Amino acid sequence: MRLIVNGEEQDVFAATLSELLAQLDFEGDWLATAVNGELVHRTDRANHRLNDRDRIEILSPMKGG
Amino acid sequence: MLTLYGQELGSRMLLGTARYPSPAILADAVRQAGTEVVTVSLRRETAGGRQGGAFFELIRELGARVLPNTAGCYSVSEAVLTAKMAREVFGTSWIKLEVIGHHDTLQPDVFGLVEAARILAGEGFEVFPYTTDDLVVAERLVEAGCKVLMPWCAPIGSAMGPQNIAALRSMRAHFPDVPLIVDAGIGRPSHATTVMELGYDAVLLNTAVAGAGNPALMAAAFAKAIEAGRAAFEAGMLEPRDMAVPSTPVIGKAVFS
Repeated sequence: MRLIVNGEEQDVFAATLSELLAQLDFEGDWLATAVNGELVHRTDRANHRLNDRDRIEILSPMKGG
Repeated sequence: MLTLYGQELGSRMLLGTARYPSPAILADAVRQAGTEVVTVSLRRETAGGRQGGAFFELIRELGARVLPNTAGCYSVSEAVLTAKMAREVFGTSWIKLEVIGHHDTLQPDVFGLVEAARILAGEGFEVFPYTTDDLVVAERLVEAGCKVLMPWCAPIGSAMGPQNIAALRSMRAHFPDVPLIVDAGIGRPSHATTVMELGYDAVLLNTAVAGAGNPALMAAAFAKAIEAGRAAFEAGMLEPRDMAVPSTPVIGKAVFS
């Protein structure tokens, strides 16, 4: 399946959002995820099935003013 | 005591966390200033979450309340989604709402700002809007559900200081009961004192501290300047006048000739 993860196209076999995070070696309870412009809560990641060409955003805390 | 969305704060200095020479210097600046609120952002993670995790750990150790921002958002939908993601990460409904309208000045898109504020307030967010000093926009933001306003005094990072004192004064007079925080454009402690003397409730800073030769010392200087301005406002200042007024009593003065 071809996904756009943080703006970059990637081929991945993950069926769900939580599988995607595991496969891409993302970890930590401070991550926020969105699929196709909609927030996916951390508790919903395991049930959120991914589709070809989905746009995934994975964000984490960063300095800011 | 400053109260923002029901939270009582002892310090009237809010501090951004960007552009410090090192995490240790940032931590030192927060401690030196006695800051109780720090601004943070969200960005795409490239290191599997570990980079953000290390930064988050530093912020947790500081013990300050987190005010996430939507910096860099140029549309309502971007800002709303970023706010929702920030609430997920930081576990707070506070959001410093930025909807930027202009690349060069980083001036807020006030139309998008009001729209995003209304959406977020409707979803239970406690919105801190980064806005201009325009009164009509401020009224719309309050109508949209904002209980705090954060007008700029000059463009972000410009260090120009208050560019329109009359507008800031007028906003203070129009919203006597709304906490007003000057956000953006402060360059030096005297600028902070000036806006606090006008009756502003707090100041949000970043570059003026982070970009100083000694950020921790500058943070301490700002903390004192903000306290001084607030005390002066509470004490009540003299209005300037055109003619001199003798400070020493004239009655009883000796006559030598």
